[in-house]
Amino acid sequence: MQLPMTRVTYRAIRVWQRDLDTFLRLWKTESWWPTIEPLLYLSSLGFGLGVYITRLSNGLSFLEFIAPAFVATTAMFAASFECMFSSFVRMEFQRTFDAILATPLTIEEVIAGEILWGMTRGVFAAVSVLFVISLFGLVHSPWALLTPLVAVVEGLMFASVAMIITAIVPAIDAFNYYITLGITPMFLFSAVFFPLDRLPQIAQTIAWVSPLTHAVYVQRSLILGQISWNLVWSVLWIAFLALIAFNVSLVLMRRRLIK
Amino acid sequence: MMSTVVFAENLVKRYRELSAVNGINFSVNPQECFGFLGPNGAGKTSTMRMIYGFSPVTSGRLMVLGKDVMKEMREIKTRLGVVPQEDNLDPDLKVLQNLIVYARYFDIPKSISWARAKESLELFQLWERREAAIRELSGGMKRRLMIARALINQPQLLVLDEPTTGLDPQARHLVWQKLRLLKSQGVTMLITTHYMEEAAQLCDRLVLMDKGKIIAEGTPAELIEKHVGRDVLELRLRDGAKTLVKEQLAQLSASSEEAGDTLYVYTDDGRRLHSQLKLSSVDRVLLRTATLEDVFLKLAGHALQE
Repeated sequence: MQLPMTRVTYRAIRVWQRDLDTFLRLWKTESWWPTIEPLLYLSSLGFGLGVYITRLSNGLSFLEFIAPAFVATTAMFAASFECMFSSFVRMEFQRTFDAILATPLTIEEVIAGEILWGMTRGVFAAVSVLFVISLFGLVHSPWALLTPLVAVVEGLMFASVAMIITAIVPAIDAFNYYITLGITPMFLFSAVFFPLDRLPQIAQTIAWVSPLTHAVYVQRSLILGQISWNLVWSVLWIAFLALIAFNVSLVLMRRRLIK
Repeated sequence: MMSTVVFAENLVKRYRELSAVNGINFSVNPQECFGFLGPNGAGKTSTMRMIYGFSPVTSGRLMVLGKDVMKEMREIKTRLGVVPQEDNLDPDLKVLQNLIVYARYFDIPKSISWARAKESLELFQLWERREAAIRELSGGMKRRLMIARALINQPQLLVLDEPTTGLDPQARHLVWQKLRLLKSQGVTMLITTHYMEEAAQLCDRLVLMDKGKIIAEGTPAELIEKHVGRDVLELRLRDGAKTLVKEQLAQLSASSEEAGDTLYVYTDDGRRLHSQLKLSSVDRVLLRTATLEDVFLKLAGHALQE
């Protein structure tokens, strides 16, 4: 059997370029939120709640613990939202996919281009958060320079999953199901705000299935300089999920759009 | 050189339970403007969508620019210009940018696409609006921009699905004028429409579609002459006179079609037929030249009554 991704050629880049062009036109309104949102969280949790939490069991301050996690969570939000709401608007309301399909591009290339762009938004978000937390002195190791590469894999994964959701929702409101049942639980239980050993054993096991747990773990370790081979396994797990989700999204989108 | 631009044989398109195209045959010659006429739901758009690779062919054979749509769609699309029914200009980009970005999907470098875009926007009277947002354009301008965009890859075949639906008369005439110009430059065109006047204005040859089948084929003049004759008498009769007049028509062996409150009588000599009919002064009579609309009414009259 041939994987759908083998049908994607370099032409997918054309769609990515189109999205980049529009982003550059609108970047003043589009690019600030991935930076502002973690800043709000950091001020509320770090300076507000953090006052009551002096030290964590692992010896880090609360702020040192949560700040690196936002490099991973913001990338998840940016990549997911791009391939849910923005892609859906382009597909259903603007009919942009239809227009591109009349050119030499195939449906697989259009979707791949959209996912690549969602990934790019994730990387932009991760880099801008990294920059912000470095200003607060919360980046402890030069290994942090590898975080954008991890964001590439993570962004690809979340963009692909979001594209699967986009391929199956009947209307734009239906994204709330995935946000409430998928994104929010991941955000709350993927070791962003507390170490996983606070959870009961069974919940810990479940949390380690979540790709966000691995992304948070890897980004935090890089930023704090806690390097081990386990990081590689975590990245490979995310990459594996990305590979599956990417191909599934291509199949589902062809099914949705080609009749 | 290839001889046929589009060739369809027993072409069938079925969506799950709905059968949209039921085995049609046609061929389009180079430099020809070929029309598909029919009411909504006749199968015109489904046929177009198969030609530009949007819908897979259910069965039959469809060759475009000498290539099989099921096998070499990418090669076909490289040489095809498509103006779909629904405007799908990129609202995130300005007018000129729309063309440049679209050209990039064809791998046309910016130096070339810019020159072509300029030429095309000038032709379609949009160059002044090149920096405008899409939402600022009128319906007619959007339509012209859609056509300009479809020309950016210098296509060998231009497919237009209802190019003037929803436009006001002036905007429509401007689009027609531009399409006739393209035709004179040798662009092969495929047009669907439900405006008979549009077909008469533009098409060299056309087919009439109804319920997924082709019910007539020919040049506009041929179709009118063969199915209707030269003149049409439109009769709006007083109550109770219908049966009487129909009997007279039967005696004169004139063919007619009833649609709503109007009786359409087809003949080669309307003036003479009019004088032969015994009509009262309260009956309303209109004598006019036959058009494609009459052919359509005669062959697919039911569509208008539904």
